[in-house]
Amino acid sequence: MRPVAVAAFAQTTHTGHDSGLSEPELILPVIRAVREQSGLTEFGFTCSGSCDYLAGAPFSFVSALDALGAWPPIQESHVEMDAAFALYEAWVRLQHGDVDSALVYGFGKSSMGDLREIMTLQLDPYYLAPLGLDQLSYAGLQRSAVRGDFPAIARRSWESAQTNPYALKLPEPVETAPITDGAAAIVLVAGDLLQERTNLAHITGIAHRIDPHYPGMRDLTRSASAAAAATAAGVGKGPVDVAELHVQFAHEEIVLAEALGLPAGTLINPSGGPLAANPVMATGLIRIGEAASRVMDGTAARAVAHATSGPCLQHNLVAVLSRES
Amino acid sequence: MGNRCAVIGVGQTHYTTRRRDVSMAGLVREAALRALEDAGLTFADIDAVVVGKAPDLFEGVMMPEAYLADALGAAGKPMMRVHTAGSVGGSTALVGASLVQGGVHDRVLVVAYEKQSESNATWALTTHLPFTSSLVVGAGGYFAPHIREYMRRSGAPDHIGTLVAVKDRLNALKNPYAHLRIPGIDRAMVESTPMLWEPIRYLETCPSSDGACAVVLSSERAVTGTPAWVHGGAMRSEPIFRAGRDTVSPQAGIDCAADVYRQAGVTDPRRDLDVAEVYVPFSWYEPMWLENLGFCGVNEGWKLTEAGATALDGDIPWNASGGVLSSNPIGASGLIRFAEAALQVRGMAGDHQVEGARKALGHAYGGGAQFFAMWIVGAEKP
Repeated sequence: MRPVAVAAFAQTTHTGHDSGLSEPELILPVIRAVREQSGLTEFGFTCSGSCDYLAGAPFSFVSALDALGAWPPIQESHVEMDAAFALYEAWVRLQHGDVDSALVYGFGKSSMGDLREIMTLQLDPYYLAPLGLDQLSYAGLQRSAVRGDFPAIARRSWESAQTNPYALKLPEPVETAPITDGAAAIVLVAGDLLQERTNLAHITGIAHRIDPHYPGMRDLTRSASAAAAATAAGVGKGPVDVAELHVQFAHEEIVLAEALGLPAGTLINPSGGPLAANPVMATGLIRIGEAASRVMDGTAARAVAHATSGPCLQHNLVAVLSRES
Repeated sequence: MGNRCAVIGVGQTHYTTRRRDVSMAGLVREAALRALEDAGLTFADIDAVVVGKAPDLFEGVMMPEAYLADALGAAGKPMMRVHTAGSVGGSTALVGASLVQGGVHDRVLVVAYEKQSESNATWALTTHLPFTSSLVVGAGGYFAPHIREYMRRSGAPDHIGTLVAVKDRLNALKNPYAHLRIPGIDRAMVESTPMLWEPIRYLETCPSSDGACAVVLSSERAVTGTPAWVHGGAMRSEPIFRAGRDTVSPQAGIDCAADVYRQAGVTDPRRDLDVAEVYVPFSWYEPMWLENLGFCGVNEGWKLTEAGATALDGDIPWNASGGVLSSNPIGASGLIRFAEAALQVRGMAGDHQVEGARKALGHAYGGGAQFFAMWIVGAEKP
């Protein structure tokens, strides 16, 4: 595949409450930051991820274009998914060879509604949603099937977050990702733009897979889709210094670490992970950004990032980031 | 750009007001199975699935790709969900094609749908973000002022919209999948219907439909059956609130067309293309898009419509299928345009086939006329 690398990453200082900023106001500073970091003001392709149901209105991504100042008109697309999947779409677009840069961003204000109940609406509307399972309920189903020291995961994530200026300042460790407002952006480069830069996190592999929807169709103690994505992304082809995992519930870390085949010494979620800040629709993209940052600042030679979607880790994306291309 | 990509299968459901007999999963699966049958393939031959639809509020299912994964045979595969407002059907095809053009996959299933009977689209389009005002008008109320401005600028006579409404419904009578099939449709019938949003009458607007459309996209080495080759694809977006943007003939549409024409080697679209499937949800958008897409000069679009140039027997037929005016499962409407363009160059459009069509345009737009997606497909390998 054509080499593609992360050249810039920025995120908001996330909040656990509505700070009064609209979505475009959340996005604007992170877009400005990645433009400055990358030295690029225009991009060959732009892709974003967001969810209308967080805002409770259709087309919540439309006004984001005003924050970009998309003029003259830009080549742009949007996924109603975590922005990590928007990054995947941008990576595919860069494979064509005719454009060398892409801007990816995601944003979400889960403070605006009842996130736990909103997530019920992504279940099969005929057979699952009417059961009234909210996000905590179906996560609880999986938790009851998984064995592990969940409080230890919560504690380590909380301690790690103490040095992350963007994370929430939570008074104590939590096993459930907190309600969070925030946004993030990443710049990808390829071709000449990649050749002329040195401080990059190369995406040496990226892949995603989806599992059957119904929790009853799956072994909830494992994640077949995460394992398949990890294999396709080449996680096992080298050491993994750092892994940033989209862990919205502590028990998911155990399932994911096994599915991804992470070596024993891998440092998991040194940012504190989603248990310290979970701006829904940007959380997965932030995992890629955090992993890339570790590679770019030299604390990791090779890092893995993971993003998820759907109930009980139904859909999983895995990326490998490396100092070397 | 990138590797060659072809449409090798097209599947559609019959478009109608209410599909009471199928679930959402049943609806998309029906279109997907027809596309696979057309390509002579099964779900096992598909590498990845891309789903597109308009706002989730239309059905009340958030991020429905999670739920639809099983029905579309996506388990164990990559699956994407695209949402770019009304242009989404077109964008979904382009995202699917991108996977082939980027060399990531050999065969991609693209599905777009809307089951509008699950809710009220005008309501869903009318809710607004906190701290912003709502016009409480739906899509027709939003676009009517742009149409009036077009009429003022161009001096087009009042009956042009009526002509488009009749022409597209006559075409729909030749398309077995079309929703609105109105025997005896004529100008008098259109003009007798109520005025909804001046100057748009009831029969000058699109219906609310249930339906799904699917296409199978293939790399060159994996082609089966009759391919329609992708000669070019482009997307453009512009900000909705930018002061000074021309909502009558948006720059993003002009730029998107220029991009796709350049890729496909089209210099004069009226001459170089044989047929166009263009997103016309309100009749007046035909003359407006004729100009925006460069089929004629500024303020000349209505003259092509009036002269019958865009009729099925005209020199550049537009919406031979009956178009969005005859079938409108919103999220699928763009993909139907792209798919109908492919059917035409494959010679498989049935009674609404444009004789000898070799090159066709598929077009979609959305948001406040700010998101555009287009492709050009051809019978010959590019």
